[in-house]
Amino acid sequence: MLVMRGIVKQFPGVRALDGVDLDVRAGEVHCLLGQNGAGKSTLIKVLAGAHRPDEGTIELNGVPAAPASPVDAIRLGIATIYQELDLVDGLTVADNIFLGHEHARLGFTDRRAANRAAGEVLARLGHPEIRPSAEVGRLPPAAKQIVSMARALSREARLIVMDEPSAALAHDEVANLFRIIRDLTARGVAVVYISHRMEEIREIGDRVTVLKDGRTIAVGLPARDTPTSEIVSLMTGRDVEYVFPPRASRPPGEEVLRVEGLSAPGAFAGVSFSVRAGEIVGLAGLVGSGRSEILEAVYGARRATGQVLVGGRQVRRAGLLQSVRRDGPLRALRRGGVVESVRLGMGLAPEERKAQALLLDQSVTANITLGGLSGFARLGWLDRARERAEATRLAEALDIRPRDPERPVKTLSGGNQQKAVLARWLLGGRRLLLLDEPTRGVDVGARAELYTVIRRLAEDGIGVLLVSSEVPEVLGLADRVLVLREGTVIHQGDARDLDEHRVLDMIMNGRAA
Amino acid sequence: MAEAGRTVAEAPVTTAAPRSFELRHLGLFVALALLVGVGLVTRPAAFATADNLVSILSLAATIGVITVGATFVIIGGGIDLSVGAVMALASVWATTVATQEFGPVVMAICAILVGTGAGLVSGLLVAYGRLVPFIATLAMLVAARGLAQRMSDRRTQLVRPDNQAIVDLATTRVLGVPLLVYVFALVVVLGWVLLNRTTFGRRTYAVGGNPEAARLAGIDVRRHTMLLYALSGLCCGIAAILIMARTTTGSSTHGDLYELDAIAAVIIGGTLLTGGRGTIVGSILGLLIFTIITNLFILNGLNTSDQLIAKGLIIVVAVLLQRRNLKERTP
Repeated sequence: MLVMRGIVKQFPGVRALDGVDLDVRAGEVHCLLGQNGAGKSTLIKVLAGAHRPDEGTIELNGVPAAPASPVDAIRLGIATIYQELDLVDGLTVADNIFLGHEHARLGFTDRRAANRAAGEVLARLGHPEIRPSAEVGRLPPAAKQIVSMARALSREARLIVMDEPSAALAHDEVANLFRIIRDLTARGVAVVYISHRMEEIREIGDRVTVLKDGRTIAVGLPARDTPTSEIVSLMTGRDVEYVFPPRASRPPGEEVLRVEGLSAPGAFAGVSFSVRAGEIVGLAGLVGSGRSEILEAVYGARRATGQVLVGGRQVRRAGLLQSVRRDGPLRALRRGGVVESVRLGMGLAPEERKAQALLLDQSVTANITLGGLSGFARLGWLDRARERAEATRLAEALDIRPRDPERPVKTLSGGNQQKAVLARWLLGGRRLLLLDEPTRGVDVGARAELYTVIRRLAEDGIGVLLVSSEVPEVLGLADRVLVLREGTVIHQGDARDLDEHRVLDMIMNGRAA
Repeated sequence: MAEAGRTVAEAPVTTAAPRSFELRHLGLFVALALLVGVGLVTRPAAFATADNLVSILSLAATIGVITVGATFVIIGGGIDLSVGAVMALASVWATTVATQEFGPVVMAICAILVGTGAGLVSGLLVAYGRLVPFIATLAMLVAARGLAQRMSDRRTQLVRPDNQAIVDLATTRVLGVPLLVYVFALVVVLGWVLLNRTTFGRRTYAVGGNPEAARLAGIDVRRHTMLLYALSGLCCGIAAILIMARTTTGSSTHGDLYELDAIAAVIIGGTLLTGGRGTIVGSILGLLIFTIITNLFILNGLNTSDQLIAKGLIIVVAVLLQRRNLKERTP
């Protein structure tokens, strides 16, 4: 159906694609594998009409076709679901789905018809609960993903490109996604599927193409039978998948965080736990189980009732009954939660790295020092030499590459961007780090490095609270695990006593083991 | 992780990106040079005189001080439409009969306090009242102009002869340059230092570039936003002193449409209206371009309507050129 031959795309100073071949058949799920920087994103942008290739041919159903623009690609029947969702937050679900091909008569939109049609598409995707008239900006990430998929479906695409569609999804959502993909392929639609997760590729994929350094190095491998070790070594030359550092040798120290009866209506209720110095505590649960919300509430970025104590002292009694902090001035309270949390030694690496953590245009240095600027300042005057030296030291300690602290952070890979966010919180003596999906969109090799970094931080005596939608990650990295289901803690215990199967069972069936 | 070969290949892209301000503002310098060239060709006798240079700088000084404040607000992701009106209010308040009783120093302090106070109110409305900056400062524009008219009874208030010290700012010259130009220069230098060498400046870029990231990094975004508007108001107060010096009056009609000139200068200077990016040097160059155009039109005896058309064109051309630059820099 789709045949790409010898695609070359040159950017100033970089040969992003250096002769890529791709061959996709109708009705198959074709997986595209490769490390970050291997050229996957550029390749799909060529397919989507966002980039024009410098060399090479593209044929669609035997006819030469080179999408010259995104509109052109859609006309050719190619739809792309990007990793960074391209939805308009201010518009409704239905508006987003039909953006560019609205239900309209003489230029007047027909809202009712659009809502009805959107409802149908969403129902087909197994998500009738997403209201077509809801504002997209208010939806959780998983629902946005569904809307994005509904948009592709509504265009009657013959080829759908999905760039890490499961990254924002929890386990049951992924199952639903696969059901949708099977439904599509049964009707002859071809899917190009990009993912870092081997087990997904095994489950949904038909054939695999591996990219490395902008080149195709393996075409059309059978997805089910090719050994993981072979694929991984094709990608990297290294045999790594999930490599976790050894757990702490020392017993954990004193409590650095105690949460008592933390509740937020509609998100979670009666959550109590503690984190000790040198300990990694993992929160496992589905999207919507309250895991990210708990993290935000602890950080003071979300309203909740109950108590959060840091370093044994009461930070705030959050919620509507904002009351007096026992051993501090009233002023800190009025100024809001996050400022105080940071002052007391907390740090957060949020879920959406680019939107919530980074100043993309600014240098690695500026991003690292953002959380602790006053540490480099006397009466507001920045000591820039010391700032740069400290940022350089941290960048080296965490092995942020390339080694140029003045480089804009947006030119770094996902893994290195995440290290920059972690480095931010190593300034000024943190006691507690909150990590929300620290390895999202990070390739296999960089993941292992991040795990090592996180473990090293714990070894240095920092308490870590970790949220991840990947159960093996929580089990492999954390010392203690809290299993969440629908906003309540259903299990709390040593990570070594659990395995993936038992956790999934608890999450999905609600049985505490 | 980027593979080694790729990393090396990428390196030239970053080094090619202009970092030093000489490069970054090259386009603006070229535009300035062109305008000076036009001046030298069309009015060789009148343009290149010391007197004319001084008059350009004096003209630029008042709006220049306001532009410094506007640059901060815009980099911080906001906008301040009230600057001209706040300056007018400060000039009126400082020249009331009651204030003039206390002498020139109190008049100057009064102007600064009124300006800062008005900015603080705008800032509170934006940061804590969650009003859109455009609306909050539009309201301030209208209200401040109205209050100025009410205080002055729509009459122009003269600076009394015994408060001549204020007017001396415009008339006393050091090395041939009036004091008010030194005030302008001082504000620019202080503004540059504040933006580039302090935590306040760094946080301004962060708050404008990605407020959510700034908030989660522990920056008090609301307080910072409020302070940005207060700073803008402070600059309006200083500008009020300069306008009193130049015109020897306080009036509710001072500073009409200054907000547009200030915003235009900031935009021409390369500051993004969406926040997070911009420079003081760029804004000042943008302002000088604007002022020299005015000067050239006056010297050549052309009419002011044509001057406005020319300014409009300049804004569009400047922004179009910068967008091209931006695209090249974004990988």
